[in-house]
Amino acid sequence: MSENNHHLHHPQQNHFCPAETMSEDEEPSRPSPPPPEPGSKKTRNCAAVHPSPHSDRVLEIVLEHVLQFLTASRDRNAASLVSKSWYRTEALTRSDVFIGNCYSVSPARVTTRFPRVRSVVIKGRPRFADFNLMPQNWGGHFGPWVATMGKAYPLLERVYLKRMSLTDRDLCLLADSFTKFKELVLVCCEGFGTSGLTAVVSKCRQLRVLDLSDTEVSYDGVDWISYFPEGETCLESLIFDCVECPINFEALESLVARSPALKKLRLNREVSIGQLYRLMVSAPNLTHLGTGAFGHPEPQDPNNQEMDYAAAFSACKSLVCLSGFREVMPDYLPAIYSVCANLTSLNLSYANIDVEQFKSVICQCFKLQILWVLDSVYDEGLQAVAATCRDLRELRVFPLNAQEDVEGPVSEVGLQAISEGCPKLESILYFCQRMTNAAVIAMSNNCPDLVVFRLCIMGRHQPDHITGAPMDEGFGAIVMNCKKLTRLAISGLLTDRAFAYIGMYGKLVRTLSVAFAGDSDTGLKYVLEGCPKLQKLEIRDSPFGDAALVSGLHHYYNMRFLWMSTCQLSRQGCQEVAHALPRLSVELLSYEENEKMDDDTVDVLYMYRSLHGPRDDAPQFVTIL
Amino acid sequence: MDMLCHRNIDLEATELRLGLPGTSERPITTPRGNKRPLDDFMEGSSTEDGDHLECPSAAPPSKAQIVGWPPIRSYRKNSLQQKKLGNQAETTTRVYVKVSMDGAPYLRKMDLSIYKGYRQLLIALEDMFKFTIGEYSEREGYKGSEYAPTYEDKDGDWMLVGDVPWEMFACSCKRLRIMKGSEARGLTCCL
Repeated sequence: MSENNHHLHHPQQNHFCPAETMSEDEEPSRPSPPPPEPGSKKTRNCAAVHPSPHSDRVLEIVLEHVLQFLTASRDRNAASLVSKSWYRTEALTRSDVFIGNCYSVSPARVTTRFPRVRSVVIKGRPRFADFNLMPQNWGGHFGPWVATMGKAYPLLERVYLKRMSLTDRDLCLLADSFTKFKELVLVCCEGFGTSGLTAVVSKCRQLRVLDLSDTEVSYDGVDWISYFPEGETCLESLIFDCVECPINFEALESLVARSPALKKLRLNREVSIGQLYRLMVSAPNLTHLGTGAFGHPEPQDPNNQEMDYAAAFSACKSLVCLSGFREVMPDYLPAIYSVCANLTSLNLSYANIDVEQFKSVICQCFKLQILWVLDSVYDEGLQAVAATCRDLRELRVFPLNAQEDVEGPVSEVGLQAISEGCPKLESILYFCQRMTNAAVIAMSNNCPDLVVFRLCIMGRHQPDHITGAPMDEGFGAIVMNCKKLTRLAISGLLTDRAFAYIGMYGKLVRTLSVAFAGDSDTGLKYVLEGCPKLQKLEIRDSPFGDAALVSGLHHYYNMRFLWMSTCQLSRQGCQEVAHALPRLSVELLSYEENEKMDDDTVDVLYMYRSLHGPRDDAPQFVTIL
Repeated sequence: MDMLCHRNIDLEATELRLGLPGTSERPITTPRGNKRPLDDFMEGSSTEDGDHLECPSAAPPSKAQIVGWPPIRSYRKNSLQQKKLGNQAETTTRVYVKVSMDGAPYLRKMDLSIYKGYRQLLIALEDMFKFTIGEYSEREGYKGSEYAPTYEDKDGDWMLVGDVPWEMFACSCKRLRIMKGSEARGLTCCL
């Protein structure tokens, strides 16, 4: 895409790519919506808006039909640049809009350009906010969006939000505005309670998908599950596994029983294993199941021994994705054995089970493609994975004990084993206490399909624990050998050399996460000058200063955002960037909630391109230059 | 030089905490105004670092807890922390107590550790002995039934079930007795 400033007037700079970018933190498969029928009413209405000479009309109609087959936003963005006519037609036929940064463009601008939108994806807070690196209430409010879209898109069907703040009022407005509403997906969101949910489930009669992954819902006493309308529902997916609210089980049971299309059900940990049993018996067609607690059998249940959990699982012939185990009682694990052979996705990352219990499960999962576990499975558990799961595409190993300076149960041994046993690996997130360059290099050679490589050596500045060398060579090998790599997170002791490698070989890298790494400005310069596809750069506690910052001026308009916290930036340096690039919103954030920056040091720099100008909802701790 | 050291001490004293309410970690923020944040953490940086090393209150780098590191979301951290505590509780002994009911010919035994709270316990008792316990209130005990669940605590005293927080009860309960009739009524009326 050209860097020509002229194109900044078009919102296409928000790289619209639902298929790829959205999948970074979640399951990769997300089918693109089917193209509408060529003869649909929508296009005829479009055609009626533009009276023009006959031959042009024919061309436009042809174009409309053709463009309907373009679903990927990147392609649509490209198409919109061809000519004014293409721009217009593309805008009229775009039904899926992706806003990677909610402050990059105003809601009004989006609704003006794209009048016929059915589905919207909006992302808010920066990812590092998840780790308490800035106070709450930074922003990312859904309110202005729902207010504008409520009027502009009465036929809106799908809303996907990530790291946004919503209020109960926003949800009520959503439910009132969109009569055909079908899918609500909220990932890492917060700000609302069960009252807001109630509005959605009671009013959106065509609701198919309600997904509240990693989203905080405050319990305000309203029993939202019981507000689904009576009679059969259209529900296909109900995900509330992280919602820490009590659940009215009778209402849930009734809901599941009257939702014949239900395929995905992820329960929260309030649901006991006995309750799970009852739900499974009434919904054997599930493909995705989050088991809830998987423990706490009700003591008063006299029929405890009659609950044949194994049979309940066997009956679910379509089950391919299993998660939950939030309060797992390992004695019950064998119940899932019968479905292991069919599983393509297994999430045990909340299950503190021991090595033997894990091995007894994993040795049967030979079709597994996605696995999330705790490091309490030890290197030995990972070796078992390597021995069985030849088809593995994605692995995440989370720490049970998220601290530095403790003995870690997984190490380079596990990583090496995985690299040898799982050659099709595409995505890995690996937390450990110690690592070697050799193992990382081995992975770079054995797993050429890697797209996402995120290694978190939890001890800061930890070198290769066998050679004592920095981890430069390991990460260097990754960028060199993994030609498809688009996302990289680095850790351990790293010098500027590592960044040189990234700048030299990381030509497809779009997302880079850096913490406690590098020696000098040169490191960051290598990356900013060498990585043309860089979109999202998040850096913390690294010795990069103003000189490095200004070396990226040529590139910042092509990026979604840059985050730098506790680096060596000064206010002056940031000001320089703000002056040079007027379309960049340069925010300086203070760690302290009630104070603006008053001295020259910069706690957090968060900057992003924006057609909108400085936002008007910034809290006190944010200074916009 | 001294000023820098002094500044550091002051900042340690005002130790800011950034964390979501309810998180049990105790993060220490990287102090504002620390113009060389890396010096605290870089191993082997001794030359410019003289001041920092002399300050007794500056936490030794490898042991200081850093905000947001490792990068795990709070939800997951809190879940797993509870899990670790939960497991510790489980690996300590199961809590079996004798349960007697006035009028019943023999005693029963219950494992208190499998219950998460009074509600579950009371339902289990009702089921075990086939009776109904009344409505509990702090003021009047159990109303609406001729039974009252009581327990003997560590001090040997007989207490009404439900008065103290569950965790406290689970730790101090030695045995249970379901009182009936006048004794039970006596308990509820004496307030």
